Formats: sequence, structure tokens, C-alpha cells
Amino acid sequence: MGRESRGAAGHGAYPRVRPCGDTALTIEFGETIDPDLNAKVLALDAELTAHPVAGVLETVPTYRSLLVHIDPVIADPEALAADLLAMAANLPPTGEAVRRWRIPVVYGGAFGVDLADVAARHGLSPSALIDAHCAPVYRVYMIGFMPGFTYLGGLDPRLATPRRSDPRPLIPASSVIIGGAQAAISSIAGPSGWHLLGRTPVRPYHPGRDPAFLIASGDEIVFEPIAEDHWRVLDKAAAAGEPVADMVAS
Amino acid sequence: MMRDCGPATSFQDGGRYGYQRFGVSPAGAMDRLALAAANVLVGNGAETGAVEFMAQGGSLTCADGPLLVSLAGGGATLSVQGHPVAPFTSTLVREGDRLTVSPCRTGLFAYLAVAGGFDVAPELGSIALHRRSGMGGMVGRPLAAGDRLPCAAAGHVAPQVLIDGLTDGLSRADGPIRVVLGPQDDYFAPDTIARFLGECYRVSARIDRMGYQLEGPALIAARGHNIVSDGIVCGHVQVPGHGQPIVLMRDRQTTGGYPKIATVISADLDRLAQCVPGSEVTFRAIAHEEAVRLARQYRARIAALASRLKPAQPDLDSRRLLGLNLISGVVDARDPAVNP
Repeated sequence: MGRESRGAAGHGAYPRVRPCGDTALTIEFGETIDPDLNAKVLALDAELTAHPVAGVLETVPTYRSLLVHIDPVIADPEALAADLLAMAANLPPTGEAVRRWRIPVVYGGAFGVDLADVAARHGLSPSALIDAHCAPVYRVYMIGFMPGFTYLGGLDPRLATPRRSDPRPLIPASSVIIGGAQAAISSIAGPSGWHLLGRTPVRPYHPGRDPAFLIASGDEIVFEPIAEDHWRVLDKAAAAGEPVADMVAS
Repeated sequence: MMRDCGPATSFQDGGRYGYQRFGVSPAGAMDRLALAAANVLVGNGAETGAVEFMAQGGSLTCADGPLLVSLAGGGATLSVQGHPVAPFTSTLVREGDRLTVSPCRTGLFAYLAVAGGFDVAPELGSIALHRRSGMGGMVGRPLAAGDRLPCAAAGHVAPQVLIDGLTDGLSRADGPIRVVLGPQDDYFAPDTIARFLGECYRVSARIDRMGYQLEGPALIAARGHNIVSDGIVCGHVQVPGHGQPIVLMRDRQTTGGYPKIATVISADLDRLAQCVPGSEVTFRAIAHEEAVRLARQYRARIAALASRLKPAQPDLDSRRLLGLNLISGVVDARDPAVNP
């Protein structure tokens, strides 16, 4: 494979395939956060799952690109790059119904220590902020950073909030957070510079559950406020391996 | 049983694959060739889990023997009851023996393997510790003094020595670290790429299993240092806003938002991993086809290790040799299965 393989549209155009050393290729559909770009990424990912290619080990769909990990002993990277571009040029319309999860959240207080500050920053009351955060249908653009950490698109632009200048070394698992124009659900406890609005009992990753990972790229998410008492009940069930997120009609 | 060890001692194997789409870093041994060497010496598959020592050594007691063990990587050496074991040689240890792993003398990572591997419950198919997510390892954490390391049952394997010119210089061949440019080299002006390839970088003190921060001429991205996050592979050379490159290693995140000027080839990752802070490294860009050729050569070298073994020379310490023979003789004689 040459230094770069591009689609038919010529220099600077997308999609393009770039090598990542000898163990992966990345096919980029663009360089912005855009639902149409992400839909192409997921459609190509589905194609590769439906029609496996020798030497492809696993794929990582991201906002705007698909990372294709390969075994350099088996794969023919040059042929694979050409195949990826050909597939990208003929993506079938997504046939699979999108899964939509309803995620229960306790907002504010000890569950979302930044909610009041974020609301004040945007001139909103806490309840108006909660309404604005619960209103959209979010799209899962990517799972990354930590096991099960769920990146969401669809945040109300009014709520866009620059990340904290002093990231916290540890935020609780299953925090419902925003950072910049993005929203997310954290999975396991870890460092974060995002703002904590609330917490869900849902475990995006639970090693003892089948499936261990609940949410996938391309799924849709809606948030539903719940009371703290209800959270305790659901949290117990989630710890025991229940999903506690409902699948709802889209 | 671990008696003492450094804070970054952990179980590592060939890594945890198949879950990167869910944000799970593969982790796994920092020096794959050294892991493979330690493993084949005790009759294991090349990617079997072993104890990875980072820089510091440690000591262990054999709680249940006899057990065939080996150590490889980083220029560390193994002693049993104070007697040094020859490099790249496996050795039988018996109950009560004290094993001492020296600090790494020439690199950073050494691997202690036992015949049959360690009997630790894998998480998502691997026992490799990923410290940030608490996955794998000894219940999600590094190894510490007092830990019992259960060993899987192994068939009888005799001590062996690895031949074929493998010396203490394993994974330490000189020369530039080879890279394939991209995937985001187009974020950098040509003279910036020339600087990256032409200048010398120093391995800083800020290194861990996740990434190696390098210090040297700043690499400023003409198109900015923030990209919309995309996927990360081991060896990606990412450049944050300060312009100092970071090579992402085995515990890397699965996705990231900095432009990646180049990617270290898989055949040179072990070598880079063994570079101690203060080491000077230079980078050389090679064609993608050449990187694939070198990857295949590297993998063939690992696959060939198992055919490069010969029986170990008898231990010259006669008292120790006598002790081992006596013990096994007594055990055999009293075993009703052998001598009913």
C-alpha cells in the first residue's frame, strides 16, 4: 500500500485509508463530529462483520473513522485498503433497527456535584438544565477512553461547557457528564475533566453480566430523571447483573 | 509467593483482544520477544502469562515444587538460593527455594515464566493487568509482597537453554526506531516531519506502560493539536499541544484526540520499551511495505524460538544438583503410581 489511498474524489477528499504502522489501517470519512459521517463508519463496520476479511482481527468505530486492526502475517494491507474503499463507496442503507436505551439518572446533589454550577453558568435553573439535558435523543458515537465509556452526540448546544481546567483524579462509575459540546456516560471510576450532572445505576460494563458491555456504537440514548430512592433499588439490581436500562421504541 | 517487588510488577501476557471497540485496552507484555523467550524456555506458548518486572527486581519463595522457571529481558538475572542461573536458561526450583530477580541492568522489563503458566482467572480472555481500568492481573492490581501466585499444573519439562546467538542483548539492537508516517502526518509541515526524523529525542522520566513521553525539538502541528478522536494503536506517536511527542505503548487508551505524526513498527516496539529514561532515540521512516515485511520477520523469529532450545548444561554447583536429584528420587520412589 502506498502512503495513502484515497477515494475517487482526489486529493484531500474522503474517504481515505491511512496505515497505522503495520498492525492497522484507518479509514477516515471526514474530520468532524457529524451523524452522517458516523453512520458511514458504522455501516462499514457492519459490512466487515457481515463479510469477514482474512487477517482482520477487530475493528474500532470512532466518530469519523474506522480503525481496522490486522494481523500483518495474514492480511494483505494493500488489497484490504482497496476493499475498504470499495465497500465505503457502496455502503448499503442500514437495515438494522437502531436500539434505543432509556437511562435512569439521579441529577444534582451528591450524584451530580457540578449541576448547580453548570446551570448558573448558562443562566438556567437546575430544573431547566435537567429538562434540557433530558430532551434530546442522543446518539452513541463511540465507546472509548475506558471500558464502556460512552461518548454521546446530541447535547443541546446551549449546554456546551468547556472542560474543567483542573481535571478530577477520580469520578464515580456511571456518572452522567458533559464536556465541551459532548455528553457521556462514564463506566468505571476514573480521572475526568468533564462536569458531573448526575449518576445512573446502569453499568455500561459489568464483567459478570452477559453481555458484559451493554451499549454499542450507533445505539440511541434517552435520559430519564429518577429519585434517589429508586436509584438505590436499581443500583442493587445492576450490581447483581441486571441491565436496569430499558430498551424503548425509537 | 512474592516476598517483595517493585510497585509496577504485574501479570502480563499476549494481551486482551477483541474488545477495543468497547474501550478495552489490550495491555500485555511490553517486550513480546522477551516474554516469548521466557515462555519457550519452560515449554509454554509464546504469549502465556508471566510476571513482568519493571526496572526493579524482586524476590519470591517457591511454596510448592519442583517447578521449572525462567527469566528473560531487560538484562535482569535470576538467582536461586543465591546461586546465579545462566542467562536464557530455565531451572528447576524446589519447595522453600528463594528466587531473586535482579533489577534490570540494560533495559526496563523482565519476565519470570513458570512451566504451565499461572493459574489466574482471566478477564475477557487475558490475565494481563490494565492498571487504569483495574482489569486482569491479581484481582485488578499489580503484584505485591505476600501474594501467592498459583501455578497451573505442567507436564514434566527439563531445564533448557536458548541458543542461536541470543545474548543479553535481546531486544536491544542498536539503530534508529523505525516508523511508518501517519495517520495524521498531514497535520505537520514537511520541515516539522524532517525535524522529527532528523533530530535526537530523549526518553523522559515520564514513562509508564501507557506511553513514553519523549523530549526534544518541539513538533508544532500546522493544522493544530486537536483532532476529533479516532482509534489508537500501540506505537502511535501522538503530539499534544506542547509539541513533545508521546509514543503510546501497551496500556494505551483505545481512542484519542491528538494528531499522530507516525507509528512505530511492531518489530521495534520491544526495543523502544526497553529504553530507560535518558536514552537517546532517533526515528527513521520506512515504507509501509517494508514495515509489513519486518513484522513478518519479527513474528517468524518469535515462532522459531521454540526450535532454538537445547538441554541445559548440568548445574556446576554439585551440592545443589545432588539436592535436586535426591528430592526427585525420593518422591519417585514413594509414589505408588510409579512403584506400587
